[in-house]
Amino acid sequence: MSERLLEVDDVVVDYPVKGLRKKPFRALNGVSLDIRPGETVGLVGESGSGKTTLGRAVLGLAPVTGGAIRYNGRDISGLSRSERRKLAAEIQVVFQDPYTSLNPSLTIEQILVEPLTAQDVAKSDATRRVRELLDQVHLPSDAGGRLPREFSGGQRQRIAIARALALSPQLIVCDEPVSALDLSTQARVLRLFEEIQNRTGVAYLFVSHDLAVVRHLSHRVAVMYRGEIVEWGDGDQVTARPQHPYTQKLFLAAPVPDPAAQRRRRAERTRLLADGA
Amino acid sequence: MSESLSASLETPATAAAPKGLFRRLLKNPLGAASLGVLTLIVLTALLAPVLAPHDPDAASANDILASPSSNFLLGADGSGHDILSRLLYASRVSLAGAALALAVAAALGVTAGLVSGYYGRWFETASTWVTNLLMALPGVVALLAVRAAVGPSLWTTMAIFGVLLSPAFYRVVYTAVSGVRNELYVDAARVSGLRDPRIISRHILIVVRAPAIILAASIGSVAIAIQSGITFLGLGDPSVPTWGGMLNDAFANMYTAPLQLTWPSLAIGLTAISLTLLSNALRDELERSSRPKRRRGRRDAGTATVRHEPVLVHEDTEDTEDAPSGEILLDVQGLTVSYDQADGSAKTVVEDVSLTVRRGEVHGLIGESGSGKTQTAFAIMRLMPPGGQVAGSILFEGADLARLSAKEMTRLRGKKIAYIPQEPMSNIDPSFSIGSQLVEPMRVQLGLSKAEARDRALRLLARVGIPDPERTFNAYPHEVSGGMAQRVLIAGAVSCDPDLLIADEPTTALDVTVQAEVLDLLRDLQSDLNMGVILVTHNFGVVADLCDRVSVMRGGRIVETGAVQSIFDDPRHSYTQSLFEAILDDSRPRGPLETDVTAAASTQGASS
Amino acid sequence: MYRFIVRRLASGVVLIAILTTLTFFLLYLSGGDIARRIVGEGATEEAVQAKAHELGLDRSVWSQFTDWLSHAVSGDLGSSWFNGQPVSDAISSRLSVTLSLVIGATLLTAVLATVLGVVAATRGGWVDRVVQFLGVLGHAIPNFLIAIGLVSLLAVQWHWFDATGYTEFADSPSRWLSSITLPVLALVTGAVSSVAQQVRGAVIDALRQDYVRTLRSRGLSETRVIYRHVLRNAAGPALSYLGVQFVGLIGGAVIIEQIFAIPGLGQVAVGATSQGDIPLVMGLVMVTAVIVVVLNLLVDLAQGWLNPKVRHA
Repeated sequence: MSERLLEVDDVVVDYPVKGLRKKPFRALNGVSLDIRPGETVGLVGESGSGKTTLGRAVLGLAPVTGGAIRYNGRDISGLSRSERRKLAAEIQVVFQDPYTSLNPSLTIEQILVEPLTAQDVAKSDATRRVRELLDQVHLPSDAGGRLPREFSGGQRQRIAIARALALSPQLIVCDEPVSALDLSTQARVLRLFEEIQNRTGVAYLFVSHDLAVVRHLSHRVAVMYRGEIVEWGDGDQVTARPQHPYTQKLFLAAPVPDPAAQRRRRAERTRLLADGA
Repeated sequence: MSESLSASLETPATAAAPKGLFRRLLKNPLGAASLGVLTLIVLTALLAPVLAPHDPDAASANDILASPSSNFLLGADGSGHDILSRLLYASRVSLAGAALALAVAAALGVTAGLVSGYYGRWFETASTWVTNLLMALPGVVALLAVRAAVGPSLWTTMAIFGVLLSPAFYRVVYTAVSGVRNELYVDAARVSGLRDPRIISRHILIVVRAPAIILAASIGSVAIAIQSGITFLGLGDPSVPTWGGMLNDAFANMYTAPLQLTWPSLAIGLTAISLTLLSNALRDELERSSRPKRRRGRRDAGTATVRHEPVLVHEDTEDTEDAPSGEILLDVQGLTVSYDQADGSAKTVVEDVSLTVRRGEVHGLIGESGSGKTQTAFAIMRLMPPGGQVAGSILFEGADLARLSAKEMTRLRGKKIAYIPQEPMSNIDPSFSIGSQLVEPMRVQLGLSKAEARDRALRLLARVGIPDPERTFNAYPHEVSGGMAQRVLIAGAVSCDPDLLIADEPTTALDVTVQAEVLDLLRDLQSDLNMGVILVTHNFGVVADLCDRVSVMRGGRIVETGAVQSIFDDPRHSYTQSLFEAILDDSRPRGPLETDVTAAASTQGASS
Repeated sequence: MYRFIVRRLASGVVLIAILTTLTFFLLYLSGGDIARRIVGEGATEEAVQAKAHELGLDRSVWSQFTDWLSHAVSGDLGSSWFNGQPVSDAISSRLSVTLSLVIGATLLTAVLATVLGVVAATRGGWVDRVVQFLGVLGHAIPNFLIAIGLVSLLAVQWHWFDATGYTEFADSPSRWLSSITLPVLALVTGAVSSVAQQVRGAVIDALRQDYVRTLRSRGLSETRVIYRHVLRNAAGPALSYLGVQFVGLIGGAVIIEQIFAIPGLGQVAVGATSQGDIPLVMGLVMVTAVIVVVLNLLVDLAQGWLNPKVRHA
């Protein structure tokens, strides 16, 4: 159990602000967590909490100004572009918006072949792999010749998942991968995430604003607020018996789809806010 | 010119699109015609030595201003040159000069635009400065200065003119590239381990290609015009025949041989117009083909048609005792909404929808994207996008809204029926202060004085929970947060005491803690003002929190409707049941990772 | 807002400084044997030397530049090499003519283009198609061709207007109007059609915004929504484009003045250029740059007034 795939250790991310002598914007302020192989770590928070920035920092897309991100014990936070490229087979991504995460002018096959050829996989092997990938995400094998705009939101997200799986990574950063989808599509895509994890043992860093989604999928959950993690622990612990007042407020704010239960939750929330004030 | 550019920019990955584009361009009447004229002009220029009947520089004093004849088909100019021969040779110089300027402009502008758009940083700042510097002088004035410095060399002048034109390419390319630089698919390519040159050739050049080709055709026309203008002013090399130089000669003899103005004018005009028309045709064809069918968020877009089936109605029972029993405020019967299509047909997005709203009642419309719920809401307010048609009846306070004139409808809106939109930030006019946007409808609809309306607006802002009403009143939309903006929109909606409130996903764009506050606010206002409410949403939690009644929509129709408790307790339609099954709120937490999964993972992960 | 103006003004001054420096070195380094051209081909070597010394051409370019700059800062732009007239006099006597032509054309363009663009965007139908068609033609046909067409038809063939020449407004308002009508018309045609296209596009863009629906839902009439809200939001992009057109019109005026024999800056510029009268060309470049910088400042100010985001930046 001590084995750690990814360790985020006291990470700080500052974004420079336009204009001379302006103080940079601190998006992450000393954030720490870890992910074990095959585990899903849920990252929940509201907009501006820094949850997406943490995901991007792990991917090397955000400037890490302090702390370390260790992958299999090696610090990957300040890697050069060419060293980072070698990590592409280890850490992958699925983004939120299935409409902008796929280049509209490339066919599905071209999109899926891209990460493979970037790692010098032979063209013929790559094409064979594309068929496997489409099968894994339950898309018809003739989908390869079509353009992204011919697919629905849920199908596009399956394509994005297939692209992430192409190099058989150990970790996939999922940045709000189901929040642009309809309820029933969302459920099906989540099931796919779970199925792939059970089969391949890939680990997920699962970023979402939706508590229900995070609870459903995550082994452990971190709650973020204003660039910091305010609560972090086992999923059932954090989501059922939250300790931190912000987490409690967050959980009570989400309306339950049951009129009677929601009336009780509303009353509880009013009480909590009255106590807090 | 444009073909060679497209060829140089072409990448193997996207060969499909431009090939089709050229074919489509030939089918477009304007495109084909302009392409034809340009080809003809270029051909005559190339074949000038074969076609020209005379030596363009041979002049004879006897033939000065000779009229058109079999010897001089178009006559002879003020120095006795054959006009036709000179025109043909001038085409070569004029076209080549314009092409040189275009090539220089494109090479500089596209390269600089790509680099500063993709990498940004200091290069971006420097390029912007140089661009501003180049655009600080009118092209003609700058060329005059250059001419004063380098003398009457056509090629140097045109090359420098290319430099002066390059900002146009720079801007277009820079805008396209910096727009795409942060697209998620470019990020995905980086994460996939692609090298920069490959990312640029696969993902960036594609977006640059179309606007650059369009611009090239249009800049070509500008280059022809300016080049002719400069030579017309007599600042060209007098030993080389050009269209502008011929125009100058003809202009000097305007009174004696007015017809001579026609030929160079025609050459300049035809070339410039053809290039511009070509640019337009290119744009039209590209827009037609690449219009992405991007659906944003949960806006209802296309609707799948569903077979007709009866609506499942949950009859009210004694269990639903706390349902409001006020008079019926809104009675919609058989509402159908359709949009006229370009091909003359109509596309139906809402079909045979019937629902009622009582005073003091909140009626939820729930469904997934494309179910027609937002379209139903817009139709009740008669605020559909252009081309929308309404059939059926919408009875509201004794009037059928489906049949009211536009003027009568305007009088009802805001005062009797109000609307709360989904996206707070895009629904406030960015150019006006928040206060003035609150005051304006109250003055129009309630006839309040400026001071009265201001007073009322401040009270409304306080009512919707804004901490410092005075400050928000004077603020501009970009100065407030999304949650605040939604409160302002709610204040605006209830400002004229409406009877019916239509809220279209009023909390979807908000964070969950803000959503809870806004839901509380809506509940308070609804009971204070005793309004009927139609609440469009995709969230069953919001329905459970706020609604008395709910109608489930799919494919433009209502499939099930009834009191909220009844539907939640006993969903009968298979579609409603499937929606409830997809809800994750009551699913069990996954629990901590089990060790044996970990063991399996470390062996399988690498091999799969 | 105050800081915004100061910042723009400062960057404008820097721009003018860089531009004039560049132009100076371009002109003086490549001027060739200017002294000989001035005194004439047949002159003796001594006469050429004397002329070069008189104009300071025998000094280093750097010392010529600092000399020119120190005078220019105090408003003295030197004298013409050919007739000795002070450059500032040569320019100021012609500036008003060109500016009245260009400003008149710009104002007319703004009014006509706004009306046409708004009608095309809101009414659609045949007006829209006509505006779009004219937009293409106006962009395509160089304005000097239009000018030549106007002169040869309306003036030479039909004698409706004076073909050439310019009458001061003070001398005879009616003659002034007659003399300026055709040039302004020639300048305006192209500008109106392309600005109208921009206005049309900006209005259509603004009409598509979500807040337009919300404003309608508040019970505001269509006229109010369009003329108060949509037009205000469309004005920003349209104004920027009008600014670009103004710069283009200055260039256009150079050629148009030549066709109608109007004694404006354009004539001075063409004369100075073909002679190689460097101080005069230098002065013209500088004056034009100042006009453009002032114009851009005005456009920025107007943008700030229209758009609160710019104002608060």
